[in-house]
Amino acid sequence: MNKRVVLLWSAAILAYAFLYAPLAIVVVYSFNDSRLNAEWVGFTLSWYQKLFHNEKMLHAAWNSLLIGITASAVSTILGTMAGYAMYRFRTRLLPVLILAPIAIPEILMGVSLLIFFVLLNISLGMVSIVLSHIAFCIGFVAIVVRSRLAGMDESLTEAARDLGATPWTAFRLVTLPLIMPGVVAGALMAFTLSIDDFVITFFTAGVGSTTLPLQIYTMVKIAVTPEVNAVSTLLMTLTLALILIASRLAPGSLRTQ
Amino acid sequence: MAAQQNRLHKWLISGPPLAYLIVFFAIPVLIMVLASFRNPGEFGGLAPLLNDESGSREIDLTTESYGRFFGDFLYTELFLKSLAYAGVTTLACLLIAYPLAMLIARSSKRHRDLLVLLVILPFWSNFLIRVYAWMIILGPQSVFVSALNHIVGWFGLAPLTLLYTPFAVIIGLVYVHLPFMVLPLYANLEKHDPALLDAAQDLGANAWRRFWRVTFPLSLPGVYAGAALVFIPALGIFAIPDILGGTEGIMIGNVIKQQFLDTRDWPFGSVLSMVLTVLAIVLAGAAAWIAKRART
Repeated sequence: MNKRVVLLWSAAILAYAFLYAPLAIVVVYSFNDSRLNAEWVGFTLSWYQKLFHNEKMLHAAWNSLLIGITASAVSTILGTMAGYAMYRFRTRLLPVLILAPIAIPEILMGVSLLIFFVLLNISLGMVSIVLSHIAFCIGFVAIVVRSRLAGMDESLTEAARDLGATPWTAFRLVTLPLIMPGVVAGALMAFTLSIDDFVITFFTAGVGSTTLPLQIYTMVKIAVTPEVNAVSTLLMTLTLALILIASRLAPGSLRTQ
Repeated sequence: MAAQQNRLHKWLISGPPLAYLIVFFAIPVLIMVLASFRNPGEFGGLAPLLNDESGSREIDLTTESYGRFFGDFLYTELFLKSLAYAGVTTLACLLIAYPLAMLIARSSKRHRDLLVLLVILPFWSNFLIRVYAWMIILGPQSVFVSALNHIVGWFGLAPLTLLYTPFAVIIGLVYVHLPFMVLPLYANLEKHDPALLDAAQDLGANAWRRFWRVTFPLSLPGVYAGAALVFIPALGIFAIPDILGGTEGIMIGNVIKQQFLDTRDWPFGSVLSMVLTVLAIVLAGAAAWIAKRART
């Protein structure tokens, strides 16, 4: 092994340590029997126990779950349509509207939706959050579905049409099953994005519609307690599980990120 | 007939997502553009669009908020400060990401996917958690900070405060954006033909020279892409300075948030958002242009 390779490896290991050490620290402290995030005192599950008795936290988790399920369901349908439309037809406006929400500063989308909802007298709450989440999730689903369609054998649909299937039947019986892994991966991605979103939710939430990230934000702003470590650890585990499922279903789709 | 049917299908399929994005994305953004030319309302928000106090029903538009922005150097300074933070972040990301991307690109195909996955994985954990983790590390009770201050003490210097400083903001920004630098760099470096380096070696170039004369110039498109993906989002961020920055580490995003939620001066908040967005678009355009020129 020459000197350059050693140097490269040590730089890379430091970079990986930089990426993982903070998350490891959060996980470790979530089991620490001390109110301070300082010395290791002893192993405990009490922060998790506290978490499951924290009304506000449970309510926020429930809200996040409801929002995530609704937003991912709707954005999966709309995003699949958009991805299919971009693949099948010549569309000019659609790709722009698909990419723009991903490309512009997130805060812009947050504040513009805030103005929009207030001017239309739509009260800020669960509904406004769901509507906003759908708006930014559609693009991600569309991109995943579009990339899945690009890898599909076009002649299969043509064969179905030649055998007398209507376009809808051909789509339902041939295309859809083939792109299903992409659709499911898109749905999981939308769910993850919705559950994790902070900026847009921050601007479109109202009283009583606190989500998990908003609750974490409030806790972090007031005082750092190990309960935040516990909820963070749980959330990381959940996200990790979803990502593993998504990557199993559609290998490569996560790389479009 | 077939063409007509095709058009109908096109509208049936692209219509609903298109309509949704027009209503919940395009229109809100356009309203915000309009809001930046409006007067603030008496109780915050926006003044009524039709100003009929004087009896004349005129549409009430003004460039006053823009005047305020360009008239007060405070806000230009804030933008410059945010640009500086984003710039330092980009540079730090490049320095950390380059060796990592090089290692991944040169490792065997079998290990590559795993090494890339390890870069992306932290990115999928909640954004706030990743920022919060640095609150623990940089906080006053932290083991890391007390160890650091122990060393600082040997040199007879006053103990350092790390949390709630611009330094903490930069650390947070680098941490959150690092994957966006590694991935485009890796994608570029992976395509390099190793024969070029062999040729350079045969011609007598040492490792240092081979890097600066072959590898680095070839990797410039990846550098530009990564820089754009780090710099532009870093510019508009508000949660990181909000949590790690204290009063000194404020960025443009914090002032936008303030204008909308605390001061409730929507027109001025819209002006700030507009300037930020225009800046982001110009920078993205510039990056695309440079990348295109580098390729030809």
